Amino acid sequence: MSQIEVKDLTYVYSTGAGTPKRALNCINLSIEKGEFIGLIGPTGSGKSTFAKQLNALLKPTSGAVLLDGVDIWQNSQTTPEFAREVRFKVGLVFQYPEYQLFEDTVYNDIAFGPKNMGLCEADVKEKVLAACKFVNLDLNLLQKSPFDLSGGEKRKVAIAGVLSMDPEVLVLDEPTVGLDPCARESLLEQLYQYHKEKDKTIILISHRMEDIAKYSDRIVVLSNGNLVMFDSAGNVFGCDKVLNEAGLKVPQICSIMAKLKAGAIPDLNDKVLTVDDAVTELLKFV
Amino acid sequence: MEKFIDIVDLEFSYEETDGGRKINILDGVNLEIKQGEFLTILGHNGSGKSTLAKHLNAMLTPTAGDVFVRGINTKDSSRLYDIRSTVGLVFQNPDNQIVASIVEDDVAFGPENLGIAPEEIRARVDDALRAVDMYDCRKDAIYNLSGGQKQRVAIAGIIAMRPSCLVLDEPTAMLDPVGREEVMRVIKKLNKECGITIVLITHYMDEATDSDRIVVMSKGKIARIGAPLSIFSDVDFLKKCQLSIPQSVELLQKLKAHGANVPSFALNETECVDVLAQCFSVNAIRR
Amino acid sequence: MLSNIALGRFFPGNSLVHRLDPRVKIVLVVVLLVTVFLANNYLALLTNLAAIFVFMAFAKVSFKNYFKNMKVILFIVVFTSVLNIFYAKGPLLFQIGPVAITKGGFDNSVFVACRLVMLILISSLLTFTTSPTDLTDALERILKPLSVFKIKTHELAMMMAIALRFIPTLLEETDKIIDAQKARGADMESGNALKRIKALVPILVPLLVASFRRAFDLALAMECRCYNGGDGRTKMKVLHICSNDVLAIFAVVAVFLLVLWSNFWALAVHL
Repeated sequence: MSQIEVKDLTYVYSTGAGTPKRALNCINLSIEKGEFIGLIGPTGSGKSTFAKQLNALLKPTSGAVLLDGVDIWQNSQTTPEFAREVRFKVGLVFQYPEYQLFEDTVYNDIAFGPKNMGLCEADVKEKVLAACKFVNLDLNLLQKSPFDLSGGEKRKVAIAGVLSMDPEVLVLDEPTVGLDPCARESLLEQLYQYHKEKDKTIILISHRMEDIAKYSDRIVVLSNGNLVMFDSAGNVFGCDKVLNEAGLKVPQICSIMAKLKAGAIPDLNDKVLTVDDAVTELLKFV
Repeated sequence: MEKFIDIVDLEFSYEETDGGRKINILDGVNLEIKQGEFLTILGHNGSGKSTLAKHLNAMLTPTAGDVFVRGINTKDSSRLYDIRSTVGLVFQNPDNQIVASIVEDDVAFGPENLGIAPEEIRARVDDALRAVDMYDCRKDAIYNLSGGQKQRVAIAGIIAMRPSCLVLDEPTAMLDPVGREEVMRVIKKLNKECGITIVLITHYMDEATDSDRIVVMSKGKIARIGAPLSIFSDVDFLKKCQLSIPQSVELLQKLKAHGANVPSFALNETECVDVLAQCFSVNAIRR
Repeated sequence: MLSNIALGRFFPGNSLVHRLDPRVKIVLVVVLLVTVFLANNYLALLTNLAAIFVFMAFAKVSFKNYFKNMKVILFIVVFTSVLNIFYAKGPLLFQIGPVAITKGGFDNSVFVACRLVMLILISSLLTFTTSPTDLTDALERILKPLSVFKIKTHELAMMMAIALRFIPTLLEETDKIIDAQKARGADMESGNALKRIKALVPILVPLLVASFRRAFDLALAMECRCYNGGDGRTKMKVLHICSNDVLAIFAVVAVFLLVLWSNFWALAVHL
């Protein structure tokens, strides 16, 4: 049994201006526990809508989302509590998550999720501290107001606010947008550590192909609400034609290696995802 | 000839509200910006680059030192509007700098403030919208535009005041790849075709490759000024300033570190492929 | 979703009504609103309603949109007309158990309902066919004489324009914040009134913070664009009153006079 199974998922919404828009069109895929999934697609391809479907914020027009084999909408008709249970299991970090901060102290803000779960004070504290550790947040900040922090720190607090619910699946919608290169790299590295240490599933939405290539086991490609590809990172970035048609690019390193193989070095193995792999491959020809 | 923009020993600091500690954001910056050039300012968050940008059109005035725009000291508050219509400033978040609900009405906002005659405003608005390729959307509601389109409207709003210099503070940070490309294309076009001086603040290296000069800022000081080639070839320096490098450059550097006989720098992807092809095809034949 | 509300929306177009001078449009709308309250008999009411539908036909905006707006206040219409129907006056119409419906009560209820519906139709007609910028621009010009009394008309209009500009943005932001807090298990659907009010805090605080941040950014951007209040400011769009506007004025005045005439007529019949 897969951890997440998406069956014939279709979502149609009315734009108010007349014709309803089909945001997701008959998506079928399944994700195993402990996978690192990259989710890519141009703006308006349905990435964020898909993410909201996974944690019951949006209800499918038709089709179903199964979490550990249970349809997340089947039971919620009778108990709205069930939708909340789903949200505790599938944590969703929105774009610019720092805009959701509201409590008087950083500690209280991170504790908002665990408190909603109905945990006791001691458990809440434990979860908050664990979440801080994973995002590498300075514990001295816990009693400060979240509005006094720098942009990068606010982002960490907001992500910790979702991690503290200890979700089985963590969905992140462009968590690094607006950060400088240094902060971006360290945030992604921390998330990867979290994923490895706790064997949690991560679904990362990003426009930065380099990051997607570096971390993902498999990649979902969406375009105009359709599932274009769902395959290993190597295979997806090998299909630069399909990606270009969807309005996406391959990471620079993949494109360099493909061009070298097509021209000067026909024997080159161009199935690489990181610069280090490319160096190893190229050194074989020195 | 007088200098276009001249920054002399610029210092900017403020006192912390609770501790009373003095915090230096800018600490002795000296820089001359030439008319018509494309200057990129790189630096990590908190390096003082946005504060520097706000000094260029008198949004902030120096704690010590001076900034001159066409010889006018920015501390001279009687010339404020001369300075601001000479040097325009575009911010990161396009949504928060658009005043009116309709594209052309927003572009007209600046010229209207300057008290220009209605027919002249109309002409300027149309020109500005054509320059950013948004003329066809002039009657559209701002709300329905994409991020890249909004940012181009924001640029048009500044261009309509006919400035000689455009300062852009991380204009692409909030945009998707398509929006980034649109905005960068417009910025380059304004520089090449309209002769507008561009000061681009960014932390994307690939946006800096086409500029005439690059200024690297770190901890409130200018760490280095130079042509893209000289800046990018010093990877250790870039890492020290917490800047990332394009994968093409990283590849060449790492190959070189492993003893391969390759140049240490390529400006873009095509150049990188070319130099690698040259180096490796020779080896391939030798085998 | 909050962003689906059609109130205050503008539908771009090129109809006769769209092309009217916004100043004329605002004044005429005020006259029509007054007319609605003057109408005190069925003939006047009918004349009024017919005139509004004719104007709506000229505006060429789908009638569906007007009804969408109506939905929002449907409750108020039903509520007030039900309340009014029990207002006992005049001869008895019919009686069901203890509930007596009089002619006066019935008339009152019909008038209240019709007036409310007409109010919505007229104001929708204005906002559907006039862009927010034109609207505030026209208001500023109409209110200009008030500046003699040191009322800051330009500042008022500017505030209104900015509010209209940011309403869709803030509605979208509210949706986003609600989703984000729901994703952290915020419970907004259950509990008593106090609990529900408390549940609003995680939404209102970020919304307030976001609005202040936007306001600060916008002020900075406006300063960069040499904004210095209304003094010495010019406008790109020059407004002229043309023949269409004169026709519209005649039409509305005609409606006004018709309603007045039917009021007198009803009075005369009564006497």
